[in-house]
Order: sequence, then C-alpha cells, then structure tokens
Amino acid sequence: MRKMAERDLFPGALEMMILRMLKRQPLHGYALVQQIKRTSQNLLQIEEGSLYPALQRLLKAELVRAEWGISSTNRRVRIYKLTAAGAKHLQREVSSFERMLEGITRVLSPGES
Amino acid sequence: MKWIKQLFLRRRLYDDLDEEIASHLEERIEELVATGMSLKEATSAARREFGNVQLVKETGREAWGWRRLEDMFVDLGFGLRMLRKNSGFTIVAVLILALGIGANIAIFSVVNTILLRPLPFPDPERLVRIVPKKAGTNESGRTYTADATQDFQEQNRSFQSVSGYFAFTGPDNFKLAGKGQPVPVTGILVAEGFFQTLGLEPALGRLFRSEEFVQHSQPVVLLSYPFWKRQFGGDRSIAGKTINLSNTSVIVIGVLPDTFDFGSVFSPGANVDLFAPYIMDDFREDGNDLALVGRLKQGVTIAQAQGEADQLFPHLYFEHKHPDYGKPYTGQLTGLREYISGKLRRSLIVLWSAVGLILLIVCVNLSNLLLARAAARSKEFAMRRALGASRARLVRQLLTESLILAAAGAALGLGLALVILSYLANQGSIALPLLTMVRVDGAVLEWTLLLTVGAAIVFGTAPGLRMSGGNLQGTLKDGGHGATEGKRHDRTRSTLVITEVALACVLLVGAGLLLRSFLRVLDIDLGFEPSHAAAISVDYDSGGSAAKQAAIWQNVVQRASMLPGVQAAGISDNLPMSRNRGWGIAAKGEEQRPNSPFIGVFVYIVSPGYLRAMGMRLLEGRDISWEDLSNNRNVVIINKTVARKLWPDRDPVGRKAFAGGAEVEVIGVIADVRESGAEDNAGAQMYLPATKQFGPEGCYLVVRSKLSPTALATSVMSTLRQINPAQPATEFKPIQGLVDHATSPRRFFVLLVGTFACLGLLLASLGIYGVISYSVTRQTQEIGIRMALGATETRVQADVLWKTLRLALIGISIGIIASLAVARLIASLLFRTAPSDPVTFLGMVLLLGAVALLAGFLPARRASTIDPMTALRTN
Repeated sequence: MRKMAERDLFPGALEMMILRMLKRQPLHGYALVQQIKRTSQNLLQIEEGSLYPALQRLLKAELVRAEWGISSTNRRVRIYKLTAAGAKHLQREVSSFERMLEGITRVLSPGES
Repeated sequence: MKWIKQLFLRRRLYDDLDEEIASHLEERIEELVATGMSLKEATSAARREFGNVQLVKETGREAWGWRRLEDMFVDLGFGLRMLRKNSGFTIVAVLILALGIGANIAIFSVVNTILLRPLPFPDPERLVRIVPKKAGTNESGRTYTADATQDFQEQNRSFQSVSGYFAFTGPDNFKLAGKGQPVPVTGILVAEGFFQTLGLEPALGRLFRSEEFVQHSQPVVLLSYPFWKRQFGGDRSIAGKTINLSNTSVIVIGVLPDTFDFGSVFSPGANVDLFAPYIMDDFREDGNDLALVGRLKQGVTIAQAQGEADQLFPHLYFEHKHPDYGKPYTGQLTGLREYISGKLRRSLIVLWSAVGLILLIVCVNLSNLLLARAAARSKEFAMRRALGASRARLVRQLLTESLILAAAGAALGLGLALVILSYLANQGSIALPLLTMVRVDGAVLEWTLLLTVGAAIVFGTAPGLRMSGGNLQGTLKDGGHGATEGKRHDRTRSTLVITEVALACVLLVGAGLLLRSFLRVLDIDLGFEPSHAAAISVDYDSGGSAAKQAAIWQNVVQRASMLPGVQAAGISDNLPMSRNRGWGIAAKGEEQRPNSPFIGVFVYIVSPGYLRAMGMRLLEGRDISWEDLSNNRNVVIINKTVARKLWPDRDPVGRKAFAGGAEVEVIGVIADVRESGAEDNAGAQMYLPATKQFGPEGCYLVVRSKLSPTALATSVMSTLRQINPAQPATEFKPIQGLVDHATSPRRFFVLLVGTFACLGLLLASLGIYGVISYSVTRQTQEIGIRMALGATETRVQADVLWKTLRLALIGISIGIIASLAVARLIASLLFRTAPSDPVTFLGMVLLLGAVALLAGFLPARRASTIDPMTALRTN
C-alpha cells in the first residue's frame, strides 16, 4: 500500500525536477506533471498524485510559493513559483547530483572490465 | 512561531490541496474526453493515472508534520463515537476498570504510606528506635529506666540526641476540667528533647525547655493539633493560657504540627491529645518505663551505632541507688521506619500482589469483551484496510479506544479510591501504623497513570492485532462466520478465559487460606470472655492512701455489682490486649539461684470480682477477697504458665513467692490469658490486690452483663458520679473492642484479600459466561441441525456444560499449581493453617467450579431451547 512512488526515482529526485521546471516558468500542478512527462519523453513513470505531497513539502520548506490564479484553459488553479531559496537549493542539488552521476558513470563505464 | 500560525491555518492549507487535486482530475478528464473518450472511461483513466487520491491527500498533509497529532484527535473522536454507540459495552467496561484500577490506587496509597513514603519527619532515615534485644511483648521488657537512659545519653557518641516517652500510658489518663462535665483526655509524658529528636517544630508557641523537666517546676503541656482544633476550636491565642488538668493548673505552651500523629507512629490506633514533660526524678525508682528513640549523627550508620550500643548497654545501671538491681541491658537499634512497618511488609506486598492480580483479571476480561466486539467490527476494519489504512494505523486506533476506556475507568477508580481512603484514614479501629496519614499524593497519581496506560496496552493489544490482521477478502465476503476464523477466534478467547479462571483460583485459594487463618485466630481460647463485658475508666482521689483507695474500690465494685442486669463487676489497673507492664516473680527459697530466678510477668493490680467480670477461669484456689485488702495481706494469683515455670509438678497454691519487692502467698491459679494479642502466646501473668506495696496504674471498672454497654452506661455513670462527682464522662467500652483492635490488622487484610477474591470470581464467571454464550450464538445453526437430527435437549445442554467445565477445569488445574507456589510465599502470614491446607483448596476449587457451571448454565439452557426450524431458517 505504501509503495506509492515507483522506485525508479531516488528520494528527492521528484522535488529536484519540480524545482527545475519551475525555474523556467511558474506552473500549476497539472501542467507541471505534463511538463515533466513531456520533457522526460515518458521515460520516467510518475504516478501523477505523488507530485502533490512533494509540492506540499516544498511549500513547507519555502522553496516554492503558491498563488491561486486562472490557467490558460480558464480554470482556477494554484500556480507555483520558485523562491530565491528554492533557486539556491536547486543549484546545490543539481551540482551534487551531477557529481554523483559522474561517479556512477565512471564506475559503470566500459573499459574497466 | 510560524508553525503555530500554520497550525491554525492548516484547515486552509488542506482545503487548498483538496481543491487543487480536484481541479487536476477535472482538467485531465476534460482532456481525455476531448480525445474522444466517454466521461466514464475518462474518469476512471484519470483516477488510475493519478493514484490513490485519499492517500495522496494524507501524504500531502503529512508534509506539514501534524499528522500524528491530528491522527490522535481523529482517533479520539472516532473512539468516543464508537464507545458512545456501544454504550452498554462501554459502561460495563468502564465499571470493571474502575473497580480494578480504584482498588489498585487505594492499596497503593496504603502501601505508599506505610512502606514507601518517608516518615513525616526531617531526615527520617536517621531516626532509630532502641529496644532491648529479644524483647517480648511485655512493655517492661522493651523499655529502660530513667537512670539507664540518662547514662546512655551521656556516654554515646553516635547519636545527635536520644530521648523517649513514657510507655505505660492508657487512654483517658487525665481529665480536663472546664465548663460543664470534665473531659477525659489522653496525655503522654515525653522525655527532654523528644520532639527535637524527631525534628518537629511547633505549629504554635514553643516546645518544652530544660527547666520544665525539673521537679516542682511549673507544669506545662503541648497540645496535639487535632485536640487543639477539637477542644479549643483552634484558638490561636492558646499558648500561655492555663487549663485545669486532673486538678492541677497547667500552662499550655504550644501546639504540635498537623503532620505529627504520635499514635499512628508509635502506637497504632491510639489517639493522643496532649504531651507533658517526663521528669526523670519522678521515676528514678519505678523501673523500666521509657521507650527510646534516637537521632543518629550525620554520617553515622546504624551498624556503627549498634557496635557502640553493644559496648555501652551491658554497663548501664538499672538504678544508680541500687547498682545490683536488674539484669544487664542490651540494646537493639532498628531504623524507625523498619520498626514501624517492617512486620507489615510481607502482608502489604501480598495485598499489593492480590490487587495487581485483580487488575490483570480485569484486563483479561476486557480483552475478551473487546475480542467479542472485534467479531462485530471485523468488517469495518477489513474495509478500512482495503481502503488503504495501514495495520499499525488500525492498531493505534484500537489502542486509542482502549486508552479512552482505561482513562475513564481510572478517573472513576480514582474517585472510588478517594472514598475508600477517606474511610480508612478515619478508621481509628484498625491498628495499622501511619494509616491516618494515608492520602493521594504525587506518587499515587504517577502510579495511576502508569496503571492506566499499562492496562490499556495489556487489554488493547491482543484485540488490536487480531482485528487489524487476518484475511481481508474472507472477512469482507462472509459476515465473519467463517469457520476457520471463528475457531481461531474461539481459541484465543478460551485461552483468555482459562487464564482468568487460573488467576481467580490463585486469588481464591490465597484468600481462603487467610480466611481460615483468621477463623483460627478467632477460635483461640483467649482465657477470658470478651463478649458481654465492658470497661470504663474510673476517676477517684484517694490522696495517696492505700486504705482509702481500697475503700473506694470496694464501694465502686459493690455498687456496680448491685445494678440491675449486672452479673459481676471488678477493677483492674490494666486490661488485656491494651497497655501492659511487667515485673518479676520468683519462688521463695529459690530466689538466690544464679541466672536470675525471676521470670518476667505481666502485672495486674485487681480488685475482688475482676476475674469473674472478665470471664477468666480460676483453675485452683480462690479469688482475692476484700478481707485480703483490709488486712493488707500480700496475696497473688498466678496463671498456669507461671505455675508451670516456678513449681513444675507441684501444687502452687499456698506457696510463697517474691514479687513486686514483697513476699506474697499464692492463693490461686487461672488459665492463661492472651495478653498482647490473640496470636501471641500467653505470657506469664500475675494478679495482685491493691495494697500498700502494689500501686495501681489507673483504674478500669469491668462490668459483665447481658445488657448492652449503651444500656448500662447511664446507670453505671450515675453510680460513679454519686461516688465521685468529678468523674469525667469517659466512654463505656466493650471488651470485645480490645480483641477486635488486636485482630484488626489481620481482619483488614482478610477483608481486602477476600473482597478481591470475590471480585476475581465474579469477573471470571463473567468471562466464562461471555465465551460460552458467544459460542452458543455462533453455533445456533449447528445446534439446530443436531436437534433436527434427534439430539435431545438434555444432550445439547450437557454438551454446553461440558464445554464450560472443560474450560474451568483446565483453568483450575493451572490455578492449583500456581496456588501451591503462591501459598508457600504467604506461609508466614498464615496462622495454624498449612499452606497446602486441603480443606481450603478443595473448598475453593468446588466454589470456583460451581460458579463456572452456573455461568455456563444460562447459555446452556438457551442452547437447549433453540427451535431447529427457526435456527435453520434464519440464515
């Protein structure tokens, strides 16, 4: 019951992606999911619902701000914006992720075996 | 403090989230419908992609971190609703718990007061009681002379101070004259520094000063707090006022603190009204009469002080004037707390365990009730699990419900305990130390909290695990009538009932053994007849003349004997099982024998007729006569123990002995009288006439009559008033009261353990009834089929009863084994009863079995009246 998010994402990955998307432009929840799916070309299996707890966590940490507004389809939606702290956090996360990725790539790279 | 703001705004935050999710789903559905899907298909596709909406909402909320707090409130609210819905169940559960927890709180308060809480003195661990080694119950053998005390005070280096009190005070030994009738009061003489040794500060005024312990100084008294409140209405200007006490003008110098109850510390059950100085010089030649208390110096251990005492005591003089008097002293040092409550420790622990057992039975019973309810609620829980509730979440929910029950039970139980305790604290007739100080304090409340949570966990866990586990599909599909689930369920419940029966069996056997011991105690030949006799303290003024005193006694006894309804009357200075004193007696011609020919005896100065009034049995010889008194003849009546010790194999009547510093002639032998208590062996006793040599210490008129003491009181009192108009309005007390007082600790324990055992029996039978009744309900169909196939009513009934009996027998068997072990632990509390007493065991087993069968009988009868047609049709 509890295994909600498919385990192909590491903890914090969803948050990182959300922040990255929001850095480009403020978005509401539904648009955010579609953006992530489209950008990843559906390589990542994200249960749509799992986005919202992540957004709540980011709100609580004040990395994003939310305001009610009207969407392009004329719907009342909550639009999320990146805060200054969120931008800084994203930068740190990305650079640490890149270092990790580099490490993993080196270990996995051919030529070792 | 932002989180506080957020806490209050959380409703908004949650609403936002809900709305957002709803809008998300709408948008998706709209999009899918636009691609040509039907609304229904689109809705279910959108939901599938989104995942578990409720779960997302919950995890979203969790991000804010109040989940646990909120869950608790939700659980509380839900629990309260569920309990209100099942109000019948709730009331029964709370009542049972209130009984169990209330009894535990009450007993813990008593244990806490007597065994655990420090004594109400500063640095109580430094207080020590000093008593001669191998001291018996004879007070004279437990006390020291003024000279010995003074020497020890001067010579010791271990004590900050040593003091004592006069140990031979009977109740109502003074009379307070004022407006109207004189009032009898009880006063204790205390040696210099007594209150300072205990570390007391007066509530009002001051304590005694050194110059007040000198002969011919101004008489002064200190009042006890309750007496000051009662007699002087709490008059704050009392210090310095003069009162008339036993015809002497005495200055009240102060009031002792409310926390100090002399009786409850030094003489359980006694009420002391005032204190006066014990002036050593008045008592130099009176023998042992001071009970000693000391306060050790900082850092000195009892063992060190004991070492010193072992050096000093053998060299103390009984009397400086007569260095050759008395045997060498010894001194055993015991911490005051240990001295007061050491003997009670085992009884109290037994009581504590018994009441703990009761709570355990209560928990098992409740567990069982909850399990029965679990069957009814299994669908609800299966549904909640299917909807995504985790198992831990459900267990938590159920434990919350258990906690609500336990808390309600504890609240009610606390009220119950307060009632019991206020009764006990004001129950002067129970001779248990410190009992008047019993109250609910911080430790008791902590214990209550611990019990409440502990009980909730104990009775809530099993049903919680059972309900939250199990096969979801099976439970959801059929209405909880699945054969396998039902069987498993049944087995758990049967195990619980067997546990309950076994626990109840242990309690019953324990209570049975104690009860039998108590009956044995009541059965003892006391050597006197306590029923139909009553005593009253008599006041007179003989001006120190033995002849005048004899005349007054004769007048009192003869006039009392002639009152209508009176069979016999007599006077004694001491009554059995109350205050006592001891002297020595030796057979003439052998008093020079080495190793001290004197044996310690209890001394009674009595008038003719006293033996008959008390119902004591004269075995040989005659009673004291008025002629003995008028001719100042020194005669003595001894009891059988003395006769056997001094003149084994010879007739003692007519022989000469030395007693009380005079030569006396033995004129009679009486059967042994239980002196200090029903359970102690009768000691050596002698009865002397009130002549020049033998001064009485008080005067009690004992009257034997078929009339009740209240009916006699008026005529006896008016007779006494005619003889002495200053006779105070003392109470006419039945002699039975003395015996009851002496047996009261045992009565107290038996009553309590017995009550717990009855409670245990009741709970166990409730448990049996519940299980059997439930299984009959569950098997209605099966029974119906069997009856349709020809089973008779008797057969069906016998089957159910057999099932009951099987449960009971297993429980009883386990209980007997446990009881045998437990009985050995309480062996030292039993009186003339073997720990494996077959009568008790058999009796209790039969009782338990009979009650169990009775509990099974109701469901059995119901089973036998099942109509096969109805039973088969209802499903």
